[in-house]
Amino acid sequence: MTVYLLCFILFLVGLYGIITRRNLVKIVISLSIMEFSVFLFLALIGYVEGGSAPIIDPATPGGIYVDPLPQAMVLTAIVIGLATTAMLMSVIIRIYRKYKTLDVREIKNLRG
Amino acid sequence: MEAAISVILVFMIIGAIFAIHAKDLLSAVITCGIIGYGLVICFLLLRAPDLAIVQIVVETITLVIMVAVVLDSTRREPFSKPDLREYVNISTAVVIIAVIFFFLKMASGSLDEFGKGSLRMAEHYIEGASSKTGSANLVTGVIFDFRGYDTLGEATVLVTAVLGVITILRLKGKK
Repeated sequence: MTVYLLCFILFLVGLYGIITRRNLVKIVISLSIMEFSVFLFLALIGYVEGGSAPIIDPATPGGIYVDPLPQAMVLTAIVIGLATTAMLMSVIIRIYRKYKTLDVREIKNLRG
Repeated sequence: MEAAISVILVFMIIGAIFAIHAKDLLSAVITCGIIGYGLVICFLLLRAPDLAIVQIVVETITLVIMVAVVLDSTRREPFSKPDLREYVNISTAVVIIAVIFFFLKMASGSLDEFGKGSLRMAEHYIEGASSKTGSANLVTGVIFDFRGYDTLGEATVLVTAVLGVITILRLKGKK
Protein backbone atom coordinates (compact mmCIF):
# COMPACT_ATOMS: atom_id res chain seq x y z
CA MET A 1 0.00 0.00 0.00
CA THR A 2 2.99 2.33 0.58
CA VAL A 3 3.76 2.46 -3.14
CA TYR A 4 0.25 3.62 -3.98
CA LEU A 5 0.44 6.40 -1.39
CA LEU A 6 3.87 7.55 -2.63
CA CYS A 7 2.45 7.56 -6.15
CA PHE A 8 -0.44 9.79 -4.99
CA ILE A 9 2.06 12.12 -3.29
CA LEU A 10 4.00 12.46 -6.56
CA PHE A 11 0.72 13.33 -8.32
CA LEU A 12 -0.10 15.95 -5.68
CA VAL A 13 3.37 17.52 -5.91
CA GLY A 14 2.66 18.06 -9.61
CA LEU A 15 -0.76 19.52 -8.79
CA TYR A 16 0.84 21.91 -6.28
CA GLY A 17 3.28 23.05 -8.97
CA ILE A 18 0.47 23.73 -11.45
CA ILE A 19 -1.52 25.77 -8.92
CA THR A 20 1.25 27.91 -7.43
CA ARG A 21 3.97 28.41 -10.08
CA ARG A 22 3.93 31.49 -12.31
CA ASN A 23 6.48 30.37 -14.90
CA LEU A 24 5.05 28.68 -18.00
CA VAL A 25 7.91 26.16 -18.35
CA LYS A 26 7.47 25.10 -14.73
CA ILE A 27 3.76 24.62 -15.27
CA VAL A 28 4.54 22.25 -18.17
CA ILE A 29 7.08 20.39 -16.00
CA SER A 30 4.45 19.99 -13.26
CA LEU A 31 1.98 18.67 -15.83
CA SER A 32 4.45 16.02 -16.96
CA ILE A 33 5.11 15.06 -13.33
CA MET A 34 1.39 14.38 -12.93
CA GLU A 35 1.44 12.34 -16.14
CA PHE A 36 4.35 10.22 -14.92
CA SER A 37 2.65 9.45 -11.63
CA VAL A 38 -0.50 8.26 -13.41
CA PHE A 39 1.57 6.00 -15.72
CA LEU A 40 3.33 4.52 -12.73
CA PHE A 41 0.03 3.98 -10.91
CA LEU A 42 -1.45 2.04 -13.85
CA ALA A 43 1.70 -0.07 -14.17
CA LEU A 44 1.59 -0.80 -10.41
CA ILE A 45 -2.01 -2.00 -10.63
CA GLY A 46 -1.11 -4.54 -13.32
CA TYR A 47 1.80 -6.04 -11.43
CA VAL A 48 1.47 -9.65 -10.24
CA GLU A 49 3.86 -10.98 -7.61
CA GLY A 50 6.28 -13.44 -9.21
CA GLY A 51 5.00 -12.77 -12.71
CA SER A 52 7.27 -12.45 -15.69
CA ALA A 53 7.12 -9.93 -18.56
CA PRO A 54 4.08 -10.55 -20.81
CA ILE A 55 6.04 -12.29 -23.56
CA ILE A 56 4.83 -15.84 -24.11
CA ASP A 57 7.55 -18.42 -23.78
CA PRO A 58 6.43 -21.59 -25.63
CA ALA A 59 8.93 -23.68 -23.68
CA THR A 60 7.09 -23.14 -20.37
CA PRO A 61 3.29 -23.23 -20.85
CA GLY A 62 1.10 -22.02 -17.99
CA GLY A 63 3.58 -19.54 -16.58
CA ILE A 64 2.52 -16.49 -14.55
CA TYR A 65 2.55 -13.20 -16.44
CA VAL A 66 1.85 -9.63 -15.37
CA ASP A 67 -1.31 -7.99 -16.72
CA PRO A 68 -0.67 -6.84 -20.33
CA LEU A 69 -3.76 -4.60 -20.55
CA PRO A 70 -2.61 -1.64 -18.36
CA GLN A 71 0.77 -1.80 -20.11
CA ALA A 72 -0.88 -1.43 -23.52
CA MET A 73 -2.95 1.52 -22.26
CA VAL A 74 0.09 3.25 -20.72
CA LEU A 75 2.04 2.75 -23.95
CA THR A 76 -0.65 4.74 -25.79
CA ALA A 77 -0.74 7.39 -23.06
CA ILE A 78 3.05 7.93 -23.04
CA VAL A 79 3.12 8.75 -26.75
CA ILE A 80 0.16 11.10 -26.45
CA GLY A 81 1.89 12.78 -23.48
CA LEU A 82 4.87 13.51 -25.72
CA ALA A 83 2.55 15.08 -28.32
CA THR A 84 0.86 17.36 -25.77
CA THR A 85 4.20 18.43 -24.29
CA ALA A 86 5.57 19.33 -27.73
CA MET A 87 2.40 21.31 -28.47
CA LEU A 88 2.58 23.24 -25.16
CA MET A 89 6.26 23.99 -25.76
CA SER A 90 5.55 25.47 -29.19
CA VAL A 91 2.83 27.67 -27.64
CA ILE A 92 5.39 28.80 -25.04
CA ILE A 93 7.87 29.76 -27.79
CA ARG A 94 5.21 31.91 -29.48
CA ILE A 95 4.24 33.58 -26.19
CA TYR A 96 7.88 34.37 -25.40
CA ARG A 97 8.48 35.92 -28.83
CA LYS A 98 5.45 38.21 -28.43
CA TYR A 99 5.67 39.21 -24.75
CA LYS A 100 9.41 38.66 -23.98
CA THR A 101 8.50 36.97 -20.71
CA LEU A 102 7.44 33.58 -19.38
CA ASP A 103 5.69 34.99 -16.31
CA VAL A 104 1.93 34.45 -16.45
CA ARG A 105 1.32 37.60 -14.40
CA GLU A 106 2.81 39.84 -17.07
CA ILE A 107 0.94 38.39 -20.04
CA LYS A 108 -1.94 40.77 -19.65
CA ASN A 109 -3.49 40.58 -23.12
CA LEU A 110 -4.67 37.08 -22.46
CA ARG A 111 -6.90 38.19 -19.59
CA GLY A 112 -10.58 37.72 -20.26
CA MET B 1 10.09 -5.38 -4.90
CA GLU B 2 7.80 -2.98 -3.08
CA ALA B 3 10.70 -1.58 -1.05
CA ALA B 4 12.86 -0.96 -4.15
CA ILE B 5 10.07 0.87 -5.96
CA SER B 6 9.31 2.91 -2.82
CA VAL B 7 12.94 4.06 -2.58
CA ILE B 8 12.96 5.13 -6.25
CA LEU B 9 9.62 6.89 -5.76
CA VAL B 10 11.00 8.85 -2.79
CA PHE B 11 13.89 10.04 -4.98
CA MET B 12 11.40 10.97 -7.71
CA ILE B 13 9.34 13.01 -5.21
CA ILE B 14 12.47 14.85 -4.01
CA GLY B 15 13.38 15.56 -7.64
CA ALA B 16 9.87 16.82 -8.35
CA ILE B 17 9.92 19.18 -5.37
CA PHE B 18 13.31 20.53 -6.46
CA ALA B 19 12.16 20.89 -10.08
CA ILE B 20 9.23 23.14 -9.21
CA HIS B 21 11.28 25.30 -6.84
CA ALA B 22 14.54 25.68 -8.79
CA LYS B 23 15.76 29.21 -9.49
CA ASP B 24 17.27 28.26 -12.83
CA LEU B 25 14.94 26.95 -15.52
CA LEU B 26 17.64 24.81 -17.13
CA SER B 27 18.27 22.93 -13.88
CA ALA B 28 14.52 22.53 -13.41
CA VAL B 29 14.25 20.91 -16.85
CA ILE B 30 17.19 18.59 -16.21
CA THR B 31 15.76 17.63 -12.82
CA CYS B 32 12.58 16.67 -14.63
CA GLY B 33 14.79 14.05 -16.29
CA ILE B 34 15.35 12.39 -12.89
CA ILE B 35 11.63 11.70 -12.67
CA GLY B 36 11.41 10.38 -16.23
CA TYR B 37 14.38 8.05 -15.97
CA GLY B 38 13.37 6.95 -12.46
CA LEU B 39 10.10 5.91 -14.06
CA VAL B 40 12.09 3.78 -16.54
CA ILE B 41 13.71 1.86 -13.67
CA CYS B 42 10.30 1.38 -12.03
CA PHE B 43 8.90 -0.01 -15.29
CA LEU B 44 11.79 -2.46 -15.55
CA LEU B 45 11.18 -3.62 -11.97
CA LEU B 46 7.48 -4.03 -12.75
CA ARG B 47 8.29 -6.34 -15.70
CA ALA B 48 7.23 -3.94 -18.43
CA PRO B 49 10.13 -3.84 -20.91
CA ASP B 50 8.04 -2.30 -23.72
CA LEU B 51 7.07 0.62 -21.51
CA ALA B 52 10.67 1.11 -20.40
CA ILE B 53 11.93 1.31 -24.00
CA VAL B 54 9.21 3.77 -25.05
CA GLN B 55 9.70 5.86 -21.92
CA ILE B 56 13.48 6.18 -22.52
CA VAL B 57 12.91 7.40 -26.08
CA VAL B 58 10.08 9.77 -25.12
CA GLU B 59 11.93 11.20 -22.12
CA THR B 60 15.02 11.92 -24.21
CA ILE B 61 12.97 13.68 -26.89
CA THR B 62 11.07 15.68 -24.24
CA LEU B 63 14.34 16.76 -22.59
CA VAL B 64 15.77 17.88 -25.92
CA ILE B 65 12.63 19.89 -26.75
CA MET B 66 12.50 21.49 -23.30
CA VAL B 67 16.20 22.39 -23.27
CA ALA B 68 15.85 23.90 -26.75
CA VAL B 69 12.90 26.03 -25.62
CA VAL B 70 14.65 27.17 -22.43
CA LEU B 71 17.85 28.10 -24.27
CA ASP B 72 15.80 29.94 -26.91
CA SER B 73 13.90 31.99 -24.31
CA THR B 74 15.15 32.88 -20.86
CA ARG B 75 16.86 30.78 -18.21
CA ARG B 76 16.36 32.86 -15.15
CA GLU B 77 13.20 32.99 -13.16
CA PRO B 78 12.92 36.58 -11.90
CA PHE B 79 12.71 36.58 -8.14
CA SER B 80 9.94 38.68 -6.69
CA LYS B 81 9.12 39.18 -3.03
CA PRO B 82 6.16 37.00 -2.11
CA ASP B 83 3.14 39.20 -1.61
CA LEU B 84 -0.19 38.54 0.07
CA ARG B 85 -1.71 37.06 -3.06
CA GLU B 86 1.00 34.44 -3.30
CA TYR B 87 0.52 33.39 0.31
CA VAL B 88 -3.22 33.06 -0.33
CA ASN B 89 -2.45 30.96 -3.43
CA ILE B 90 -0.10 28.63 -1.59
CA SER B 91 -2.41 28.13 1.38
CA THR B 92 -5.35 27.42 -0.96
CA ALA B 93 -3.23 24.90 -2.85
CA VAL B 94 -2.19 23.16 0.36
CA VAL B 95 -5.82 22.90 1.50
CA ILE B 96 -6.94 21.50 -1.87
CA ILE B 97 -4.09 18.98 -1.87
CA ALA B 98 -4.86 17.86 1.67
CA VAL B 99 -8.51 17.28 0.76
CA ILE B 100 -7.62 15.35 -2.42
CA PHE B 101 -5.05 13.26 -0.53
CA PHE B 102 -7.68 12.37 2.06
CA PHE B 103 -10.05 11.11 -0.63
CA LEU B 104 -7.29 9.26 -2.51
CA LYS B 105 -6.27 7.51 0.70
CA MET B 106 -9.90 6.56 1.30
CA ALA B 107 -10.25 5.24 -2.26
CA SER B 108 -7.00 3.28 -2.09
CA GLY B 109 -8.64 0.98 0.48
CA SER B 110 -10.73 -0.56 -2.29
CA LEU B 111 -7.69 -1.36 -4.44
CA ASP B 112 -6.20 -4.81 -4.59
CA GLU B 113 -3.09 -5.20 -2.51
CA PHE B 114 0.15 -4.56 -4.37
CA GLY B 115 1.20 -7.61 -6.40
CA LYS B 116 -2.08 -9.48 -5.91
CA GLY B 117 -4.10 -7.96 -8.72
CA SER B 118 -6.90 -9.98 -10.26
CA LEU B 119 -6.38 -11.05 -13.87
CA ARG B 120 -10.01 -11.37 -14.98
CA MET B 121 -9.44 -9.51 -18.23
CA ALA B 122 -5.91 -10.72 -18.81
CA GLU B 123 -6.66 -14.43 -18.57
CA HIS B 124 -8.28 -14.43 -21.98
CA TYR B 125 -5.44 -12.42 -23.44
CA ILE B 126 -2.80 -14.69 -21.96
CA GLU B 127 -4.53 -17.86 -23.11
CA GLY B 128 -5.76 -16.75 -26.51
CA ALA B 129 -3.54 -13.94 -27.69
CA SER B 130 -0.65 -16.07 -28.82
CA SER B 131 -2.79 -18.29 -31.08
CA LYS B 132 -5.27 -15.57 -32.15
CA THR B 133 -2.80 -12.84 -33.06
CA GLY B 134 0.33 -14.84 -33.74
CA SER B 135 2.38 -12.50 -31.58
CA ALA B 136 4.47 -13.83 -28.70
CA ASN B 137 4.50 -10.38 -27.10
CA LEU B 138 1.10 -9.89 -25.44
CA VAL B 139 1.36 -6.10 -25.31
CA THR B 140 1.85 -5.97 -29.06
CA GLY B 141 -1.08 -8.32 -29.50
CA VAL B 142 -3.37 -6.15 -27.39
CA ILE B 143 -2.32 -2.87 -29.02
CA PHE B 144 -2.37 -3.88 -32.66
CA ASP B 145 -5.09 -6.54 -32.67
CA PHE B 146 -7.63 -6.50 -29.84
CA ARG B 147 -7.54 -2.73 -29.50
CA GLY B 148 -6.48 -1.75 -32.99
CA TYR B 149 -8.98 1.12 -33.20
CA ASP B 150 -7.46 2.58 -30.05
CA THR B 151 -4.11 2.71 -31.81
CA LEU B 152 -5.76 4.30 -34.84
CA GLY B 153 -7.13 7.01 -32.51
CA GLU B 154 -3.66 7.48 -31.03
CA ALA B 155 -2.20 7.95 -34.50
CA THR B 156 -4.92 10.54 -35.23
CA VAL B 157 -4.04 12.44 -32.06
CA LEU B 158 -0.36 12.40 -33.02
CA VAL B 159 -1.05 13.73 -36.53
CA THR B 160 -3.27 16.46 -35.08
CA ALA B 161 -0.55 17.46 -32.60
CA VAL B 162 2.11 17.61 -35.32
CA LEU B 163 -0.19 19.73 -37.52
CA GLY B 164 -0.85 21.99 -34.52
CA VAL B 165 2.85 22.46 -33.80
CA ILE B 166 3.58 23.27 -37.45
CA THR B 167 0.70 25.76 -37.58
CA ILE B 168 1.68 27.50 -34.34
CA LEU B 169 5.35 27.81 -35.24
CA ARG B 170 4.75 29.04 -38.80
CA LEU B 171 2.18 31.64 -37.82
CA LYS B 172 3.18 35.29 -38.31
CA GLY B 173 1.84 36.98 -35.20
CA LYS B 174 0.18 40.41 -35.20
CA LYS B 175 2.58 43.21 -34.29
